[in-house]
Amino acid sequence: MSRLAAILPARRRPEPRGLPVYDPGRELRAERRARELLRSVVGPDAFEAYDRLGFIAVERGGYGYLLYPHRPIVSYDLESGELLSEYCVRFPDGADRDPDARLPDADDVLAKWIALAGDERGLIADSNMHLPGRQHDPKHLRRDLDRLAQLR
Amino acid sequence: MKLLRLKSGHGDVLLAEGDPEVAEDEERLVEEFRRQLDQGMWAAVPGAERDGRREATMVREFSEIPRDAERVIFFPRAAGGRGRAPIR
Repeated sequence: MSRLAAILPARRRPEPRGLPVYDPGRELRAERRARELLRSVVGPDAFEAYDRLGFIAVERGGYGYLLYPHRPIVSYDLESGELLSEYCVRFPDGADRDPDARLPDADDVLAKWIALAGDERGLIADSNMHLPGRQHDPKHLRRDLDRLAQLR
Repeated sequence: MKLLRLKSGHGDVLLAEGDPEVAEDEERLVEEFRRQLDQGMWAAVPGAERDGRREATMVREFSEIPRDAERVIFFPRAAGGRGRAPIR
């Protein structure tokens, strides 16, 4: 390698053909759009939790779920707050040319919310289940449950 | 009725819009509905609040959509996550 080549930055790899050119504002616009849709579907109270805490809580009989964007769903006991399981699930869009493309954060939460509301058993069956603590830090989860209680 | 699709990097995209009581519109809506399911999408109808809780219903046929539904949301089918490395 010449001395010049050694000190110059490596040439940027060209974008793979057919993929959209990177647009730093696109994700921001997409997230804004997704947040509006999320708000209109889940209602103002649930949306407030997402807006202020970064996740949505869904309650069922005796247990609940915490829905984080692009992180596993967490189930917990409503009465004791005990963490029960993590459910790793994603929504890959096979029609997308970019294999790394993913839904905006708020759309990912919305997809989880809809799937839980519409077919809870199906979503759980499609997920990879783990004990709490695999991808989420249990300390953070307990803190989030405290923050949620304070918000309410 | 609006047919919306959650799309990577974009947020929701309007696929079709029309009045299902109008035959021509209904035909277009049904066609788009089937196209999305053929592409592997799930379809859901967000519902009104019931007992203080918002609902959503998954639908597999156009006929399952309430005639007065304002929108149907399509999103990619769920799959088990890749699972990042466990925390240490």
